[in-house]
Amino acid sequence: MSDVPQENLPQPAAEQAPKPAAPAAAAPAPAPPKPVAVPWECALVEGLKSVYGPGILEAATYLDQNYLVVDRSVCHEVLSALRQQHRYTMITDLTAVHYPKDPLPFEIVWILYSIPNQARIRVKARFAEGEEVPTATDQWVGTNWMEREVFDMFGVRFAGHPDLRRILLPDEWTGYPLRKDYDVQLQDSIWVKKNLGIESGQ
Amino acid sequence: MIQYFLGYLHSNVTPGEAGNFLWVTIYVLLVFAGISVGVMFMNWFERKVMAHMQVRLGPMRVGPVGLLQPVADALKLILKEDLVPSNADKLVFWFAPVCVVMTAFCGFIVVPFGRTHAVTDMNIGVLFMLGVSSLGVLGVIMAGWASNSNYSLMGSLRSGAQMVSYEIAMSMAVVSAVMLTSRATGTGTMSMIGIVQAQQQQHTWFAFSFFPVGLIALAVFAIAMVAETNRAPFDLPEAESELVAGFMTEYSGFRWSLFFLAEYTSMMAVSAIASTLWLGGWLRPFPNLLGGQTWDTAFSLVPGLLFVALGALCFYRLRSMPRIRAMRPEVMGLAGFGAFLAALGLFMLLPAVRVRIQDIFWFSLKIGFFMYLYIWYRTTFPRYRFDQLMKIGWKVLLPISIGVVVLTALIGVRQELLALVWR
Amino acid sequence: MSDDSFYESLEEIAPGHTFLGSNELVLNMGPQHPSTHGVLRVILKLDGEKVNGIECVIGYLHRGIEKLAENRTWIQFGPFVDRLDYTAAVSNSMGYCLAVEKLLGVEIPKRAQYLRVILTELCRLASHQIWLGTHVLDIGAVTPLFYAFRDREDILNVFEKYCGARLTTHAFRIGGCRWDAYEGFAKEILHICDDLGPKIDEYKDLITGNRIWLQRTKNVGYISPEDCLAYGLTGPLLRGSGVNWDLRKAQPYSSYEDFDFDIPLGTAGDTFDRYIIRIEEMRQSIRIIRQAVEGLPEGPIITKVPKVIKPPAGEAYVSIEAPKGELGYFVVSDGTAKPYRVRVRPPSFINLQALEKMAKGSLVADVVAIIGTLDIVLGEVDR
Repeated sequence: MSDVPQENLPQPAAEQAPKPAAPAAAAPAPAPPKPVAVPWECALVEGLKSVYGPGILEAATYLDQNYLVVDRSVCHEVLSALRQQHRYTMITDLTAVHYPKDPLPFEIVWILYSIPNQARIRVKARFAEGEEVPTATDQWVGTNWMEREVFDMFGVRFAGHPDLRRILLPDEWTGYPLRKDYDVQLQDSIWVKKNLGIESGQ
Repeated sequence: MIQYFLGYLHSNVTPGEAGNFLWVTIYVLLVFAGISVGVMFMNWFERKVMAHMQVRLGPMRVGPVGLLQPVADALKLILKEDLVPSNADKLVFWFAPVCVVMTAFCGFIVVPFGRTHAVTDMNIGVLFMLGVSSLGVLGVIMAGWASNSNYSLMGSLRSGAQMVSYEIAMSMAVVSAVMLTSRATGTGTMSMIGIVQAQQQQHTWFAFSFFPVGLIALAVFAIAMVAETNRAPFDLPEAESELVAGFMTEYSGFRWSLFFLAEYTSMMAVSAIASTLWLGGWLRPFPNLLGGQTWDTAFSLVPGLLFVALGALCFYRLRSMPRIRAMRPEVMGLAGFGAFLAALGLFMLLPAVRVRIQDIFWFSLKIGFFMYLYIWYRTTFPRYRFDQLMKIGWKVLLPISIGVVVLTALIGVRQELLALVWR
Repeated sequence: MSDDSFYESLEEIAPGHTFLGSNELVLNMGPQHPSTHGVLRVILKLDGEKVNGIECVIGYLHRGIEKLAENRTWIQFGPFVDRLDYTAAVSNSMGYCLAVEKLLGVEIPKRAQYLRVILTELCRLASHQIWLGTHVLDIGAVTPLFYAFRDREDILNVFEKYCGARLTTHAFRIGGCRWDAYEGFAKEILHICDDLGPKIDEYKDLITGNRIWLQRTKNVGYISPEDCLAYGLTGPLLRGSGVNWDLRKAQPYSSYEDFDFDIPLGTAGDTFDRYIIRIEEMRQSIRIIRQAVEGLPEGPIITKVPKVIKPPAGEAYVSIEAPKGELGYFVVSDGTAKPYRVRVRPPSFINLQALEKMAKGSLVADVVAIIGTLDIVLGEVDR
């Protein structure tokens, strides 16, 4: 838990008191109580914790959505266990979020769904800059393009991916747009000039 | 001079048979002009019919109800830039559209619009037409080859394969119809005029003889002719939404319009074969059931009355046109066209004219029926995949057509067979 | 697969070899093509007619919507999501609003929920009609396209009267709906429902029984249920393979649990089954719309949300059953007025990945049919 800063996680229950009913000078109606993350206790989490112990950094429920925060060393095993033993056979999404100020800035999010259990689960893990994330293509074939897109937008490489190259942007583009240090109006001027023959407006 | 003209009009053979070079030339020019006008009309007709089947209107602007649209299209195509792909085989590239157009038009030498209304009458008329349309395949393959493009070559080879496959079924169906010509006289004929005369003698159109074998033969021919001319639902080689572009891709402007002309002409040629062989050619409906002088006269009035009715329809449509100054050219155009049609109809009501025109009219009507079927198929059916197309040609139509030939033969000699058996 | 048995036996004789020792032809179905439903580039490796390999090149319509989300406020981003799946703009809006409302923790009034359901189901009808017209056009029948667009006009007229725009509607707001039902809303929509039933029968008459259609679509583009789950396919592709899963029933949102409707399910996993499923979905949509319109409750159409929306820090993933599949929004908020991250889970992007699996080994003419049955829209694929 030490390398995941507190301010980016939903506040645990103990430290948070619901907002009091707003006085007349504030919002016209009382604001709804702030949602909190409650720890998620169930057989699945117990089973995973017993196998991976400290690897499962957090198992909580926020807004009725279950999620696991796992350590990067066990993320691949946890995913395959979820798929094979707990029947989360459907991959819904694989994406990333960039927290530049954190020591481990890239948070990779896997969203899985289990049709037999009719349950959705979110698995998150933090990775350092330049570190390679183990690929999930051996578990779900559909993560192929999703990982390519994460690579394209964030620059996160996936170890073991069969064909890791850019998918949405041109192959020779430099820069990773969805990182927070990439300005919204920035373009790869060299590529634009070379391929479109115009001066990039940026 | 006038006597010469009138003397000709009283002949009862085609100019080719009479050996009359002047009239042969005139007829050839007439056929050429008629086909060209027919193709232009067909272009308009197709666009209007497809549009109305698709809940829209089709060409409306250029001329009254878009009748001058084909003229505008022809002008556009003639004025387009003439592109020849680099590294294309120039001679073959030039010759391919010429080849298809020539073979398509050649078939019309023997097509009889009436007893005397053909350029000539060969005694192998049907065989000649089928042979000449086979030569068209050469033009298609030449076009694909000359374009120096992988995709065009593949498209043209597929077209060629398709055309060749369906010719066999077509020919078998034709054989069964030719066999029927010998029922009345004991000797059959392949001459187009002879086939129609046989139908007249036997008092039945071949489509209804040996019911339902005649109809099956007609159906086989009708399907095979659609595939022969690369039209929907067998138009994969020239479909726009398919990957491999057709053999016509590299042709632009006038060269493309030649392919277009050849396609519609061959459509009309095979429709002419179908009309002649199964639908009685130039004979009016019910020549024997409703026989006699009065019925003859009544039926001969139909063309004239039809054109008069069309003219009246034009005038009726005038009522719903806006009465503003800007629309004056359209209004006058439609009124003029209506007047022209009505005048043509009245002209065709004259006794001297209507006796000669009626054959042409009925034959054109039958060809028009098949053209309408072509357009209807195009609007309604999805496209066959190429392997399915070939499978139908070889595994479905060919066995059926052979079966039709065998059945026709058996039914034709049934009395002799029965005599043999009951001996 | 009887039509492909010739090629299958070749594969046994000489696996991996091309027939007659000929080279593989690389064919490019370029970004501009009548059948690729947008700017999609497909590179085919052909052996004669058989497709040996297929590769999609996308990104021609990439507009950086997810990046733009981080530079607009939550409310300002509302119109952007319409441009994702532009054939079904209302459902994108529905998903986004639901996601932000979940983060905010607000409860939507019942009337707003019913209005949202009505508009989203109308949108599903419109989207399926585009799919029908274009898919059938690619296979060769040119007429149903015009019928489908003619029938779509009525629905677009409703949208125009409701929110002023036919296509990119921005119909919903965070908290509910912006406009209430206009006068004559119920009558017009019930009229559409009555008209559309016989028109769907028209499509069925024209296409479904047609043997050419059956030959072109049966056993074409097969995908197994396990592959569907492994690829993450959703929507009619998943249901066509026999997996009974529809988010409107599995995780009902916006009062879908109040309505009585069926989920069409296929068995064969081929193009024909998916076609039948989408036609049936249109009928079920009409059913839902009728129930919603007849049961439309009175009440407010929007809850009070603050003028500047600042959801508490946290993240949520909300997904809806869009016409193309599962459209999900993974929204991360850091407590400010601008989203920290909005990830759109695009059904078309994920469905398109399966093209390589579905089309390999089939014939060239089937590739076009398979792209049509995937029902992709490039705005969603590329974002």
